[in-house]
This record gives sequence, C-alpha cells and structure tokens, in this order.
Amino acid sequence: MAVTNQLGIDPDKYKWGFHDPEKYVYKSRKGLDREIVEMISSMKDEPEWMRAYRLHSLEHFQQRPLPTWGANLAQIDFNDIYYYLKPTEKKQRSWDEVPENIKNTFEKLGIPEAERKFLAGAGAQYESESVYHNLKEEWEKLGVIFLDTDSALREHPDIVREYFGTVVPPEDNKLASLNSAVWSGGSFVYVPEGVHVDIPLQAYFRINAQNMGQFERTLIICEPGSYVHYVEGCTAPIYTTDSLHSAVVEIIVKEGARCRYTTIQNWSTNTYNLVTKRAVAYRDATMEWVDGNLGSKLTMKYPSVFMVEPGAKAEILSVAFAGRGQHQDPGGKVIHAAPHTQSVVVSKSIAKDGGRAGYRGLVKIYPGAKGSKSAVRCDALILDDRSRSDTYPTMEIDEQDVSITHEATVSKVSDEQLFYLMSRGIKGDEAMNMIVRGFVEPIVKELPLEYAVELNRLIALEMEGSVG
Amino acid sequence: MADLEIRDLTVQVEEKVILKGANLTLNKGEVHALMGPNGSGKSTLANVLMGNPFYQVVKGEVLYKGQDLLAMSPDERARRGLFIAFQYPVSIPGVTMSSFLRTAVSARRGFDKELMPVGEFQKLLKQKLDELRIEPAIVSRYVNEGFSGGEKKRLEILQMAMLEPEIAIMDETDSGLDIDSVKVVADGVNRMLAQAKGNLGILLITHYSRILHFIKPSYVHVMFDGRFVVSGGPDLAEELEQSGYEGIKAQFEVIAAEVQAEGAVRRAGKVFWVAH
Repeated sequence: MAVTNQLGIDPDKYKWGFHDPEKYVYKSRKGLDREIVEMISSMKDEPEWMRAYRLHSLEHFQQRPLPTWGANLAQIDFNDIYYYLKPTEKKQRSWDEVPENIKNTFEKLGIPEAERKFLAGAGAQYESESVYHNLKEEWEKLGVIFLDTDSALREHPDIVREYFGTVVPPEDNKLASLNSAVWSGGSFVYVPEGVHVDIPLQAYFRINAQNMGQFERTLIICEPGSYVHYVEGCTAPIYTTDSLHSAVVEIIVKEGARCRYTTIQNWSTNTYNLVTKRAVAYRDATMEWVDGNLGSKLTMKYPSVFMVEPGAKAEILSVAFAGRGQHQDPGGKVIHAAPHTQSVVVSKSIAKDGGRAGYRGLVKIYPGAKGSKSAVRCDALILDDRSRSDTYPTMEIDEQDVSITHEATVSKVSDEQLFYLMSRGIKGDEAMNMIVRGFVEPIVKELPLEYAVELNRLIALEMEGSVG
Repeated sequence: MADLEIRDLTVQVEEKVILKGANLTLNKGEVHALMGPNGSGKSTLANVLMGNPFYQVVKGEVLYKGQDLLAMSPDERARRGLFIAFQYPVSIPGVTMSSFLRTAVSARRGFDKELMPVGEFQKLLKQKLDELRIEPAIVSRYVNEGFSGGEKKRLEILQMAMLEPEIAIMDETDSGLDIDSVKVVADGVNRMLAQAKGNLGILLITHYSRILHFIKPSYVHVMFDGRFVVSGGPDLAEELEQSGYEGIKAQFEVIAAEVQAEGAVRRAGKVFWVAH
C-alpha cells in the first residue's frame, strides 16, 4: 500500500539518444582563435563588415572574464569545442531534396507526417548551418522574409546590417561576444508593416557532432502593426562529453506590432545551454516569450523585453524541468523604460532526482515610467527531498506611480493528490505525471498543439521512474 | 466467500487509535448503510479500505473476494472494482476532468498502454452526464478546482458511474447537498444498482437517515468509538432518526464500563460489544 513520492533512480531512458554517422564536407578543428574566425567568415563569403564584427567580438570574448554570478561555468573548456561545421554544400529548396539522413532525424524525433509537410514552409537547421529553407509562396507575396541568417546576410545585406547586434551588442556578455564571433545559422525573419503571418514560422534543429558548439543567431524584425509567431523546438542526442549551445536572439517589435517567440528545448544532459534572448518593444508593441527548458546540464537563459516607448507590453512564460545532475536557471527580465508599459512573467519549475531548478528574474522600472504594471508569478514543484529550487527575484523600482505584484510558491506533490488519482485505478507513476502535467498546463496551453503534445511527451519521459 | 470481509480491523493515525477492531461482511448486491456520530471512525474505515497511506493498519485483515486487500496498492484495488466516493475530493490543478476520467476509465477497463478510444469514451461520458443531470461543460474544467461542494459530490458519483465498481464506498456523499441534489444522487445510485444486476455492493456512509429514504439499505450499522456497535435492518435507521445517537450512546457507555471491568462479549439492549 505504498503511495509515495519518493523517487526511484531508474537510468534515464533517453529516447532521442541516437545519432547519424557524421558526414561533413568540411570539418573545422577544435578551439577558437583569430584564424578560425577568419576562416568561418571566408567560408561563408561574408562582407567585410561582418568579418570585422566577428573579429571585434572575438577580442572582447578573449578579454572578458566568465560571469561569476549564477551557475558554475568553470568546467567549460572553450578550446575543446568545434566552432563551425558545414553539413552539405548547398541549400535545399524542396522537401524531396532534403538528404535522407536528415529526414531520418525528423522521423526519429517523432514529428508527425502532417507536421513534416508543414515543415515544408519552415526552416530546419541541422548542424551548424541550415540545410533546408522554403518559404511559403503567400508569405513571399506578402513580403515576409524567412531565411537562415547566413542566407539573409547574402540576400538582404542592408536589413541585416541595420539591425544585427543592435539589441544584443557583442559587449553585452561573454557568451554573446562568443556567439557574435562564431555565429552560424539561426533564423532571420522580416515582417513588413501591417502583415499578419497566420501560421507559426517553425525551425527545428539539433546538435549532431560530438563536442560541437551550436551558435545560431536569430534576428526578427516586426515592422509596425505586424504579427508573427516564431517557434523553435529541438531535441538533442546524448554525448559523453560536454557540449555548448550558445545562441543569440534579437527581436525588434515596432509600433503596434506583436511578436511571440516559442521555444521548447531538450538538450542532452551534457549540454551547456547559455542563451541571450532579448527584444525591444516600441509604442503599443507586444513581445511574448514562451520558453520550455528540459534537458541540458545547465541552462542559463533570461529572455528579456525592453519596453522603450509608452504602451509597450511584455509577457514571459517559462517552464523548466531539472532531473538528476541538471541545473535549470531560467528566468526573465522586463525593463520598463517608458510610461504605461505592462509586463507579466509566469515561471514554473520542477526539480526531481537531485536536480536544481528555479527562477532568476529582474523587474526594472525607470524613473518616469508612470502608470506601469508588472506581475511576476513563479511556482516551483519539488518532487523529492534531494532536489532543490531557488528563486532570485530582483526588483529595481525607481518610480512611485506603478503597480507591482510578485507571487512565489514552492510546493511538493501531495500524497492526497496522488491517493486521489490512484484510487481511480491510475498507477502511481502516471498519477505523478498527471500532477506534473497539470502544474505546467498554464504554459503548455499557450503552445501550438504539436508542441504541447511534444512537451507533455518529454515530461512523461523525464518523469519515468519517479514513483518508488 | 464474501466479496468484502473486514476482520478485527484496528487502525491508527500517528499515535491515535481510531478503529478498534471493526468487523463487517459485505456482498455484491447489498447496500449497507453505515451510520454514527462524528469521529466514530466511519471515514477512517472508508479510507483504509481504499488504501490511503495516511492511516496505519495495526491489526486485522480485509479480504476482497478472498484476497488480501491491504496488500494491494490503491490503484490495484480500484482496477479490481473497489471505489470510494470521497467526502472531501481533492483538486488537481491543470488536469481536466475529462482527461482524468478517460485515464481512469481506461485503467479500470484494462487498457494498458493506450487509452480507451476517444469516441467510445465520449459516448459513455455523455450518457452518464445525462443520467446524472450534470452540465457537460464541467468536464472541461480542472479536477475539483473551484467546484462547489455539491458539484464535487456529483462528480464523485459521475466517476462511480463511469468506473462501474463492484464494491463502492460512499463517504458522506449526501452531506452538504440540498434535498434536490440528494434525490439526483440517489436516482443515479439506484440506476447503477439496477444496471449492475446484483453486481454492485455499496457501503453507504452517512450521518443522516435522509438519503436512506431514497436508497434502500439491506442492512444498517452504527459505529461508535471505532467499533460497529449495532447492526440491523432498515428499521434501525428510522429508529435512529427518531431517537438520535443519544440513546445508543447511553447504552454504549454502560456496556463499555462493564466490559472495561469484566472483559467479555456483552449485550445491553441493542448494543453488543465483542471485547478483544
């Protein structure tokens, strides 16, 4: 008659722990120096300004110390990483032309048939470079640009140059400068004034080479009155040595525009996932980050919104799951730099098997940002006595005429809830699953259906063996 | 072999002994009403039968169709046909009633990896909602979250109807219900009894004889201080309705004192007590 939320230490059954034989046209050596950066730029045949930008960023990276706050990054050996890999010679234009092994990857990820067809309009980044991009005709007619960032730099150099690095400058932090030096791939989205993109733009990607870094760079520009929902999801295979993922995402949301950026990440449990995501929202613009963090060894990710003109709105929803040996340090930053700006932050974290998950956030309100409102809610669910949750909410409020709320809860799965579900014939592990799924439901319901299904599947996988 | 046989069941919570040697035999096709004042141990009995880990069984046994019920996990008990309608159903935030019901019914019906086909489930759900006159919109809400007391009780009965148990324990389902709701619940239970054609036995725990006007019990038991002290037919409930528990209590106190002194099987008026 054991009803317990004590954990069982089952070995992780990692469904996505496969990897294709590596088949690269070119493979760079490990390590990072001026020569590598020059080589990346020359391989890509980039304009001079980008080459200079990369080299400037490299200098800053080399000078800048690692951050000392937050999680421990000392174990990362930046010289033991490949900074660039090129999987195929040229871009694919249709699904039929996508290489078989890449299709197999989608197959193994369990992406449904319908969704694979759907992907025919989306970009799928595989390895360091996007191999497949196809823009739906109607979007092209509307003037929407959806490319990998390398192609965008070639085809739309002026737009890229105007915005690149304006939201996250290379000097912002050490990992941002690293990305700025060696970036490859990522998505570029441009939505012209007044255009509403009804179907989410999606990009799948995964890491597939041992010790290979993935440094994609994403830039999204929403012109006034436009709307776009960009979705990225990825599941990475298991490797035995640590790998590093360090992306930069920059988003510009102009007057009256709305952008939603959804991420579901499931890095293998040896990956350092250190991502800088930031958006600028102008007058009456809305920026929404929806962020799901599973997997990885360590995730540090604080999607930010700078509300720089009156009426701007920010919403940050995040869910994090930390299992054995994992540290999830997600959060969000909302910067109110203009009057009548509004922000909502909802964070849900789950820790089990000795994992550590939490919330690190900043609410900053500048003097003069009168009538601004901010609501932060962070809930932590701890599944056993060995796991840990930390909440670090920082508030810097320099204006009186504002409304700020902060709520935080830390809870354990109750025996009463487990007993109730089990008394209906539901097995203990499934009962625990249901409770956890219910806990993250407020975030999951914000996801497109196929991602909601995938996230629930991932959580079920993470939960295996939680009930002894 | 009885379907449910409780023998000398002694149960404690932390250091406090709540059940002090309870005995009861219940078969499918029978309705046993269990009455008694607050704190007499009725809910404890219900929870122990379902396997609530909060309670520790220190003595005695329970046989379900001849097998050791106490050795089974709560989910196994449920899959084998035991059910409890809780007095205080807990809420499960974020889990919709319909997904919960589908998972539960699938488990009860032996679907192992997959769930019961959605069409079949919907049909069953609609039929039961209609029968119990429950607003269908409620199943899109989270389990018991923000439900009124009456809604919770009705949803417990809905679960019972969906799971088609063989032995159902109803723990004060009538408490907090207005008379119309009691009638609806009773109609539902009577329909289940009729549909089960002798394959459903009920342990109906109640404070008041009100619900027994609508659900006719085969037997009535009174519990007092952790023991069954009176058993009888339906007329016992009517008697209690008139005299209250006070009469029983007075008899009980007399005999309790005597047994304390002598230690034997005693009977005083209607009250009997087997000393252990």
